[in-house]
Amino acid sequence: MSILAYNGAAIIAMKGKDCVAIAADRRFGVQAQTVSMDFDKVFEMGPHLFVGLPGLATDVQTISQRLKFRLNLYELRENRRIKPQTFMSMVSNLLYERRFGPYFVEPVIAGLDSKTNQPYIASMDLIGCPMITDDFVVSGTCSEQMYGMCESLWEPDLSPDDLFETISQALMNAFDRDALSGWGGVVYIIEKDKVTKKLLKTRMD
Amino acid sequence: MAACAELPAGGFVFENCQRNKFLESQGYKVPKAYKTGTTICGLVYKDGIVLGADTRATEDTIVADKNCAKIHYISSNIYCCGAGTAADTEMTTQLISSELELHRLNTGRQPRVCTANRLLKQMLFRYHGYIGAALVLGGVDSTGPHLYSIWPHGSTDKLPFVTMGSGSLAAMATFEDRYKADLSRDEAMKLVRDAICAGIFNDLGSGSNVDLCVITKDKVDYIRPYEEANKKGVRQGKYRYDRGTTVVISSEVKKVELEVIDTEVRAVPMET
Amino acid sequence: MEAMAMMPYQQEQTNHIERPIQHRFSPYDFNGGTVLAIAGEDFAVIASDTRLMTGFSILARDVPKTTQYTTNTVVGSCGFHGDVLTLTKVIQTRLKMFTYLHQKEMDTSSVAAMLSTVLYYRRFFPYYVYNIVAGIDTEGKGCVYSFDPVGSYERETYRAGGSASSMLQPLLDNQIGMKNQEGAKQVPLAKAKAVALVKDVFTSAAERDIHTGDAVCIHVITKQGTTKETYPLRRD
Repeated sequence: MSILAYNGAAIIAMKGKDCVAIAADRRFGVQAQTVSMDFDKVFEMGPHLFVGLPGLATDVQTISQRLKFRLNLYELRENRRIKPQTFMSMVSNLLYERRFGPYFVEPVIAGLDSKTNQPYIASMDLIGCPMITDDFVVSGTCSEQMYGMCESLWEPDLSPDDLFETISQALMNAFDRDALSGWGGVVYIIEKDKVTKKLLKTRMD
Repeated sequence: MAACAELPAGGFVFENCQRNKFLESQGYKVPKAYKTGTTICGLVYKDGIVLGADTRATEDTIVADKNCAKIHYISSNIYCCGAGTAADTEMTTQLISSELELHRLNTGRQPRVCTANRLLKQMLFRYHGYIGAALVLGGVDSTGPHLYSIWPHGSTDKLPFVTMGSGSLAAMATFEDRYKADLSRDEAMKLVRDAICAGIFNDLGSGSNVDLCVITKDKVDYIRPYEEANKKGVRQGKYRYDRGTTVVISSEVKKVELEVIDTEVRAVPMET
Repeated sequence: MEAMAMMPYQQEQTNHIERPIQHRFSPYDFNGGTVLAIAGEDFAVIASDTRLMTGFSILARDVPKTTQYTTNTVVGSCGFHGDVLTLTKVIQTRLKMFTYLHQKEMDTSSVAAMLSTVLYYRRFFPYYVYNIVAGIDTEGKGCVYSFDPVGSYERETYRAGGSASSMLQPLLDNQIGMKNQEGAKQVPLAKAKAVALVKDVFTSAAERDIHTGDAVCIHVITKQGTTKETYPLRRD
């Protein structure tokens, strides 16, 4: 079994019209045993910037803290909000530094540009190779299922409400076919003037 | 340890190695990084260099990125195609690009392709092939057009036409068949396009579009995409859900204060 | 020795000793292929892609993994193509013997039961084949049976098998099983919708699975017989 599948996770980020969404499951398990159903895998890195960290839970929490630290230092030094692109490079560098002894996470980034409000999504492998797309990115133990769902469901220029339905259905149906993720879901819809956090009712088995 | 309270000094960090080795010894598999199971190639023609690449990045048997850029910028007159571990090609070319830019600023001269080649091969040799970057380096400098292939262990070849990646055999077959010295610009672009397409259609690790980069003495044309060899399939049905299809347990809205970037107050003379 | 203990990352010395290289023959290969079947009220749809591959190469672009066994039974088989061919030959021979003996074609449910027996007969050197049987049952309803390589099988309303099965199955759960949809009504599946859905999921699978592509071959089975359609997919 892969180390990335030790705790289990499923995370998707999607672009809509002037908005982005990031969704994650809530399971924390140790191999086949579920330990808790309220585990955070998506972290707020700014008012319009979120990062999802699927992978080994110990590294998920370590990285979220290390990133927040580097981010705070950057924003204090520059006295401005970070751009999602810059944040992506920051995550990429943090991971590639450990090229020969990596952290076991494959991050997903979703945000709106602080100046232009352009939607931005990106994902990365565990050694920090960035992948920036115009539609959606997925990461986690059921990535195949998520690719299948997103590839069929996603369409351009979804409004925030439609984007929520699409990303939630993609996530739920994908993790229902995976034993290591699921047990509740959380969706963040990021718009210019507000961020909406919704908890999903899902199968709990 | 104080390390977590300081910004990194640069270079690789090995703090997780011991832990990871332990996990590996417990029978857990180390996950694979993205590979660019790639077709990349380049050739020398009458007035310069043509580089070509496909745009698929794979994660095992899944396509991770359908349109990734595999032709990397080195300097204004040198570009480099990358195959192998995607992160390694990306980071190695970035690093060498910045080193070369500093070199340019120090010397005040346009960098030469042989300099880029040596920087790359010395860096890769230092890491015994553990940095899995297979590169095709091409550019035009004061001494003319040059094309190199660079292997992960640090060996290099200087040739008139080269291919690399999992689709290299398909691409090389095309080159061996039709390459000749002093091709025209259009002929060269057509040949590179055909070589990349041979990789795209016959090698499962390569796919999607063709990117080209034409480098001449005083101009670079980075054409992306040069050709969309594969269009995304069109869906028959509609898969949009009615609002309220997903059951929500709780919803929490956080208003974001808009940041004021600039304020301008202009006094208008009052009418009397 | 002191210095050695200080260096936990040092590779074990034994790595440098030359060992004899062992070449082992593997009796199996994987030739890709994705199969999908949906049972409707009075029809069944079964589809497969037509690419045959090994490793990173394409062997053929026009080999459907579906075989018509009787007038209203079609079987999709993928995995190791050598075993697919042998298994198909064995089953077809048995079907022929059945027809000569009983002067009628075998029912879809019986084809499924026989396939299970044939597969389990090779329990300890299995046919490396994933099968899905689609057809019309004795009551005239559409039926789908899915199998594992050693003969465990079950009747279902929809099932994806083979290399891109994990991409297709969740969408079928959602669009046919109406899973996770609050207030959605279970309406009987129309034939045209089923065929359109099959085309869409294969289009999606071809985007992301490197083994799936070239074309999809779709059989629609009704009481009257089967119709066959081929729909192009991306070829990279």
